[in-house]
Order: sequence, then structure tokens, then C-alpha cells
Amino acid sequence: MSVYFSEELPKSARISALVDHLFDEMPEVEHERAVLLTESYMQTEGEPIITRRAKAFKRILEALPITIRPLELVVGSNTKKPRSCQVFPEFSFEWLEDEFETMETRSADPFKISDETKKVLHTVYKYWKGKTTSELASSYMSDEAKTAIDHNIFTPGNYFYNGVGHVTVNYADVINNGFESIIARAKTELAKCNQGDADYAEKTAFLSAVIMSCEAVCDYAERYAKLASEMASKETDEQRKKELLTIASNCSRVPRKPARNFFEACQAFWFVQMLLQVESSGHSISPGRFDQYMYPLYKKDIDEGNITREFAQELIDCIWVKLNDLNKIRDAASAEGFAGYSLFQNLIVGGQDEEGIDVTNDLSFMCITASIHVHLPQPSLSVRVWNKTPHDLMLHAAKLTRTGIGLPAYYNDEVIIPSLVNRGLTLQDARDYNIIGCVEPQKSGKTEGWHDAAFFNMCRPLELVFSNGYDMGTLVGVETGDISSFDTYEKFADAYKKQMEYTISLLVNADNAIDMAHAVRCPLPFESSMVEDCIGRGLPLQRGGAIYNFTGPQGFGIANVADALWAIKTLVYDQKKYTLADFKEALDKNFGEPLSPLKVQQIATLVIKELSATGKTCTEGEIAAICRGIKANETDPAKKQFFMQLKNDIEALDKFGNDVPEVDYFAREAAYYYTKPLETFKNPRGGMFQAGLYPVSANVPLGAQTGATPDGRLAGTPVADGVSPAAGRDTHGPTASCNSVSKLDHYIASNGTLFNMKFHPSALEGESGLESFVALVRGYFDQKGSHMQFNVVSRETLLEAQKHPEQYKSLVVRVAGYSALFTTLSKSLQDDIISRTEQKRF
Amino acid sequence: MNSYLNTVGRIFDIQRFSVHDGPGVRTIVFLKGCVLRCKWCCNPESQNYKIENLISNGKTKTVGKDVTVAEVLAEVERDRVYYRRSGGGLTLSGGESFCQPEFATALLKGAKAKGITTAIETTSCAPIETILKALPFIDHYLMDIKHINPEKHKRFCGKDNYMILENARIIAEKAKDMVIRVPVIPTFNDTPEEIGEIARFAANLPNVKRIHLLPYHRLGKDKYDGLGREYGMGDLPTPDNEKMQILKRVAESFGLECVIGG
Repeated sequence: MSVYFSEELPKSARISALVDHLFDEMPEVEHERAVLLTESYMQTEGEPIITRRAKAFKRILEALPITIRPLELVVGSNTKKPRSCQVFPEFSFEWLEDEFETMETRSADPFKISDETKKVLHTVYKYWKGKTTSELASSYMSDEAKTAIDHNIFTPGNYFYNGVGHVTVNYADVINNGFESIIARAKTELAKCNQGDADYAEKTAFLSAVIMSCEAVCDYAERYAKLASEMASKETDEQRKKELLTIASNCSRVPRKPARNFFEACQAFWFVQMLLQVESSGHSISPGRFDQYMYPLYKKDIDEGNITREFAQELIDCIWVKLNDLNKIRDAASAEGFAGYSLFQNLIVGGQDEEGIDVTNDLSFMCITASIHVHLPQPSLSVRVWNKTPHDLMLHAAKLTRTGIGLPAYYNDEVIIPSLVNRGLTLQDARDYNIIGCVEPQKSGKTEGWHDAAFFNMCRPLELVFSNGYDMGTLVGVETGDISSFDTYEKFADAYKKQMEYTISLLVNADNAIDMAHAVRCPLPFESSMVEDCIGRGLPLQRGGAIYNFTGPQGFGIANVADALWAIKTLVYDQKKYTLADFKEALDKNFGEPLSPLKVQQIATLVIKELSATGKTCTEGEIAAICRGIKANETDPAKKQFFMQLKNDIEALDKFGNDVPEVDYFAREAAYYYTKPLETFKNPRGGMFQAGLYPVSANVPLGAQTGATPDGRLAGTPVADGVSPAAGRDTHGPTASCNSVSKLDHYIASNGTLFNMKFHPSALEGESGLESFVALVRGYFDQKGSHMQFNVVSRETLLEAQKHPEQYKSLVVRVAGYSALFTTLSKSLQDDIISRTEQKRF
Repeated sequence: MNSYLNTVGRIFDIQRFSVHDGPGVRTIVFLKGCVLRCKWCCNPESQNYKIENLISNGKTKTVGKDVTVAEVLAEVERDRVYYRRSGGGLTLSGGESFCQPEFATALLKGAKAKGITTAIETTSCAPIETILKALPFIDHYLMDIKHINPEKHKRFCGKDNYMILENARIIAEKAKDMVIRVPVIPTFNDTPEEIGEIARFAANLPNVKRIHLLPYHRLGKDKYDGLGREYGMGDLPTPDNEKMQILKRVAESFGLECVIGG
């Protein structure tokens, strides 16, 4: 039975100053990493790729500018200015060059870039033509998969353009044993290699790369030790001088050697966390169970009287600020999908240990307090909940929820542990899970999970059913026949199943192509040094070095598909009130509503294409006339009336999210169209595919690419996010929504499900508000839901923030699996958040 | 099936996930019909027993529906998991539940038989025998007392308060858990003296320790228009927090535990 300290500790003045400093300036693109990387690559042509990666990493760490920001206690920054970013041309660069002129003014996540940086990067990029992972991935991919991507059936953009990330390494190993122990292990394995071994070449090259990378990290820490000493010698403030000397001492000790106290452990943790994000551009480098691996040294310091709880809290707060100092630039389209400058560094507290004992401790509470103190989106704080989670922890977490920051997210051990065991994890490993990125569970230090492998829009294959597999004149899906041939609902559903199965196989093709490209062009020796059993197997993560290997692409739009199939089943086949042809016509005409500019463009392209196929070319004037004609979407009033009637009849039907078991179980079946076929596929690392059901924020930009759907959703509007009911359609209060969503099969979606709820602040007022909130989470979890997250903000506040963004710079909202600053989101995403059903009746 | 489960009654709404009317997460069943006509009533559609039409956002809505106890309990059952986690359950509200005594009692009895806790929000303006019949099935008795002065009560609520105050004394003797609730209405009872009188009365009731002050709000105003009725309160401001705090201290000075908002 653990005893814990659960009170909220005070916030120090230092933390406010550190947070203020973060937001002094707009984030900027810095170029040093790209230059150093390229210089190194130019010198290592022809060497094994793993060696080249290690040498480049070493070169970067030798010469990347280092800086200690004012008042910092935990140090290490990969950019000169706070919240700025380095760039990673080895993954992709063309988009960045194309966006030089627009990145400062774009709506989602703008960055400054100086003329000098533009010039330098322009030169550097010449080297990378033809050498990136994205170019190789593209050449590995089948034409059909590329077509499906072009037609927005799915998008694997994340790993296509960037590093993979999405890992929790074995932080405990570095903290407790130091890199010297990892280096020693690699050396031992290296000594075991025999010249005649079949895998001699790959293994020795890899192990040498591990040693070089870990050495480089230790040397990098020494640079900080030196800098801190120099700064101390010039410092006139006695207090700060002392702090700088301690920093110097910490950095000369860790991460090479084992940390001896909590302060050193914090510093060791930070070097690992930050440098993983120098080696690769992958996001979702998740600290995982920080309250567990940091606890032994914390406890030792407290027990021995070396440290006060207040100072430990201050150190944790410092790390929280640092987690918000890191940044990445993404292409404009991805920035919409991952809006809010988020790095998804998921840190989780509470839950059980490998033996199934609750391990909530002081740090579990202090981590939650840290998020209350800094009030920033990072880390993506999560809480593990199970039947033995102390009520105190739930209440403390609820207090954080009440601040409106969108944190923490709540995860259900009772679902996640068996779902991981079902995927082949040992029970012990499954019990020790943490969350990666948004909502994806894995066992730290043993997994290469590829958790965020693509976004799959479940609505698009439904559109293909109506068009016999064609989209804008191109065969994208399979030919499932004309809709007139579907004389039973089963035939219609079967056509959807076929479109799904086929497009899912294309998704797999695309992911596996990208997977291979990372293995060939960007293996990561440093990251691999901290994940089992890379050193033992002599293989990097990217080649299958991890114990557990998965690929987890996520589907979204379940609520739309479920409501759509339900509408078709009811209105076409049960009531025979409408025909499929009626639906098809209504969808093509967007239920008589004006078409979006995108749809107009698409139709115009199609018309022009058809005309040119008959040998007719169009003048600009003719094209404009075609566009005008389409835009007007002229339907005669009788037709329009008919479409309205159809839409009203659809809207009158029961919808997913209102505790109507028949509809909810129907949605459960609809989700299987995605989750079941996917798990039959394998990846090149020897692992399996597993589905997630969450959208990050891609439901908005990808919804813009989706035509009207049979659930009455208009063309171009957002698709439902995660497993949540479609926006505004759950009208029976939060318990009804929870009951509905819990009827989905959360076990099979073992890459995570995401359930968003939005509450008005009044919902959590007072003790009774908190208690009822906790009961809601508990009740949803009792019914085997997997994840829950909350926005607690009034609609009025959000509308005000849209009008006066300057006054709401710090307004944090929950976007999807993460929180972000509201005013940095694009207008359309802001609108989506505002329109999510607000549960007032708390 | 037990025959009382077939009892039919008239309700106008069921609201799930309410946390302000009794402990924990509760499902409120609103019964139609009331003997009082409080001018500020935020549920004017609750007052008449007869089924009526309400126009809201241009759409006509039928208010009132006849249902059996079994049907209502099936709806209440849906949130059992949340009651279990929070100690919540069923709350009867209205209108005045005791205007449909047989139905109300059957609902309460049915819930208790299923192991669901019960609460009632009531004016208690009903024959005491009726109330006493239901009382064994009520875990939390939330009783409105709006004013001590019978004249003023009659002017604002359409009926004097003799029966209410008399019933309060009897119920307090026997209820398992009783809370006095006071809607704080400007121009009616929002002075420290008037709240003080109610608090003194409440403090003198046997077993009563708690009082809730519910600040006036105008949320029901549009419904009067929708029913084609006149809103009797005009344009009153809602009492601000400062005023509520003063009244809270008055209530506390009588040794009561006081919550604003319930």
C-alpha cells in the first residue's frame, strides 16, 4: 500500500519568469543542424548508413550552438531562441523550401525565417535532392497506393515527410546506470561478434554507431558543464552563481554516469528527451511513466533530507517549461492536421506496476500540479485509471481538467492492459504500459510502434460505393458495381466492405514503403540504444530491433459512417422511402446546398477532362463559365425541396451518441470495417498492423476533401473526430454519449481510441462538480471505454477569442489527443471545436 | 410485473446527468402540474397538468407525455453505472410531484426496489397523508420554502404558505435527510431579514442542518413567450455573488450549513 503526499505545492516565482520568457518572441527556423548534418553526410559518402547517421549526429552535437536560458535549473536547448526549431532535410525538404515565403503568415503554426537562413538552407538543400526518406518511400510505393493518397482516401504524410518518433525509451536505464553502462553493453556485444558471422557487417556497424552516438551525447553534456562554469565565474548574483555551479556539476556527471540525486536525474532525463529530438524530427517522443522512474531518487532525497518537496516541485515545473521550449515545423497541410505547435510528448502518471499493484506516488500528484503551475500544452499529461486508482488522484486530476487546459487525458487500464496482451505483450509488460503521442499505448523501452502511421478517412470508401470505385473519373477503389445492383442492404454493405478492404491494403502498401525507406535511409542509433533488444540483436529499431513491433494507422469518421449506413438501411431498405439513386443524386448535389470551392474545382476538372477526352479543349473563358455554372449548383426548386426532405428525414433518425443501443451496436459493427481487415497485415519489421480510432485534428482538413455523406453531413465539413459522436448530434447529455461510445469495441482498436467531450466551466464547479466529473469518467470506464479527454471552456469565451486573439494568447483547448493554444489554430479548426456539442447539464 | 409499475403519470421531461438536485449524478424526472404559480418559475410549462404546446426557436413542441412507471424506470436505469460511482440516483421534480401522488409514490418505490437512491424536490404543498405515504421511499427530501410571510407568499406564488410550513414540521420529524431550499428572488425575498426568517424557521425544524440558496435566473423567460403567457417578473437582475455571500452568512448565523446553488 503506497502512501503519498497529495497536496498542491506552491509555484515559485522562477517558473512564471521561465514561462514568460518562452513567449517573448515568435518561433523561428534555425539552420545549424541542417548545415552540420549536410557537411557530415558529404564527408561520409559510401559508408554504411548507420555509420553515417552516427557521425552526423556526433558532428551536430559537437557544434550545435548551446545556450543556458535565464534562471534555468535544468539545461539543454537545441535552438538559440525559445520555441524555435531546427530542420531535418534527410526526411524531406522540398515543402519547406516551397513554403519559405508563407510560413510566417500561414494560419496554423506560423514560423519566422530569416533571409540568411533561407539562403543557407537553399544551398544545403541542393545536396539532398534524391536522397531523402520521402523520395525513397515514394519510389517503393505502388501506383495504386499513390492514387489513393492523391484522392484523399488516406494520408500517410506524417512519416512520409518526417521522422517517426512515437517512442518511449528506457529513461530509467540512463538515469540509473548512465550511458557508460549502455556503451559497455554495446562493447560487450561487439566483442562477441565473430568475423565469420553472417550478420557481422550489420551488427558491428550498428553497435559501433551506438557507441559513437552515446559518446557524442556525453560529450555534449560536457559542453554544457563548461558553459555553466564559465557563466558562474562571471555571475555576480550569489544565488544564481551557486545554481550555475550545480548545473555544471550535474552536466559533468550525467548522463554519462548514474544520477545520484533527483536533480541529476532531472538533468539526465532532459538530455535524453531533448536529444532524441535532435537525432530525428519524429514527434511524440513520450516521457511515459515519469512518476515511476523518477521516484526512487526523489524518495531517497526526501528520506535523507537532501531536498524539500517544494524544490522537487520546482525542478519538475522547470522540465515542464523545457518540454514547451522544443518545437518543430511541419508542412502547411500537416500543420493543419497537427495544429497547435504540438509535439505530443505524452507523460503519464498513476496506474499499476508489472505485478498489478497501484503505484500512485507523490510524483503522480506533483506532475499534475506542474501542469497547473505552468498551464501550457506540454507535456501531454495523461492519467492511468483503474479500479484501484486512489480517489485523491482522480480529484487532483479533475482540478487540472477544471482549469480548462484540456489536460489530463484519462486512460483505462482495465481495457488497455488486456488489449495489449491480446497483441502479444506479456502481462507484466502490458501492465507497465504508457501512452505515446495522442492516445497510443505501448510498453516503454521495448516497442517500435509506428503509432501514428496514417489517417484513414472511413467516409471516402463509402463515397466510392456510390461511384463504382471511381473518383473524378479515375478508378481509385474497386469496381463494386452500379448502385442499382444493390437490392438488399447486405449487398450494399458488402460493397462498402470491399472498398474498405481494398483501400486498407493500399494504406498498408504505403506505410510499408515508408517503413522500408526509414530502415534504408534513416536508421537511428541513439534512439535504438535505449530500446530493447536492439543492442542484443545488433539491429536498429528501424530494422526490427525492438521486442514489439507494430504499425498503427488510425481511422476516423466512424460516427458519420455508422449514421450513414443506418440512414441507408432504414430509409432505403427498411422503410423503402427513398432509393439509393435518390441518395446518390442528393450527395452529388450536396443536398441542394451550395458547393464548396474545392468541390467546384473538382467537378470542373472532371468536366474539362471529359471534354478533352472527346478532343475538345477549353479556353479560359469557357472554364470560368463551367465553374460558375457548377458553383450555382442549379437545381430546380422541386428537386431542392426533395433533397431538403431527404435531409430532414435523415436528421430525424436516431444517431450514434444518444444511448440508443440498436444504433450504437450498429456503429460497433461499422468500426469493424476498419479495425478487422487491418489486423491481418504485417509490416517489414516483423510486426502486425493494429488500428487506432482517432483523428488528431485531421478530421477538419480531411473533412474538407470529403463530399456530402448519407448521414446528412454536407460536403467539405469536418468529419466526426475519433470515436466521438458527430458534432452536435449527441443531444442526450454526457452519460448518454458515454454509454454510446462505450458500446464500440475498444479492445480491438489497440492503437488507441479518442473520445472528446466539451464542458462548460460551470460543469465542474464546486466539490460536487468535481465528484460528478470523476463519476462520469469512472462510469465510462466501467463500461470499458478506453480514453476520455475534456475541453472545459465556454462557447462565449471561444467566440471572444476568435474575435480578439491578442487577448486570449494563453487560452488552451483540447484539440484531439493533445492540447494547443486556441489562437494558433486555423479558423476552420477553431470553428470545429466551437461546434462540438457542449455538455452543459452537469 | 408488480402492478404499481403500470401506474401511468404525466411528465414533461427527463434530464440525465444532473448534479445539483441531490447527491451525485442524478436523473431528474419532471412531473407535470403544480398547485403554486410562482411568478419567477423557470419551468412555466410544468404548471398546468394538461398537455400543451410550447413554441421554441420557431418550432412547436408538445409539452407533456403520459408514461408508465416501468417506462420511466427503464430510462432511469440507463445511468445506473454513474449512480453507483457517485451515490446518485433518481430525483423527482416538477411541477409538484405530489399533485400526482400515486404515480410519484410508485416511481419512488420502484426505484428503491431496484436499489436506486431517491430524492425529491418539492413544494410539499399537498395533504400530509399523501406525503407521508411516499416518505419511506425517499432518501433525500429537498423542500422549497420561499417565504415566511403568508401574504407575500400568496401574492407571488398564488397561494399562502400555511400548509407548507405545517407540513415542513411533520416531514422534518420523519424524513431520512432533509434540506431546505430557497430560491432567492429580487423584490420578493432577497433581503437579509427575509432570508433570515426562513433560516430561523429551518434551523428550528428537527433534524434539519442544511439550507440551499438558489439565486434567481431568467432562463425560463423565453418559455413564457413560447406558451403565450406573460412573464410576471419583468426585467430583474440576477443576484450577484456579493449579495449571495451576504445571505449565505445570514443563513449560517442560524447554525445551518449553507450552499449557494445546491
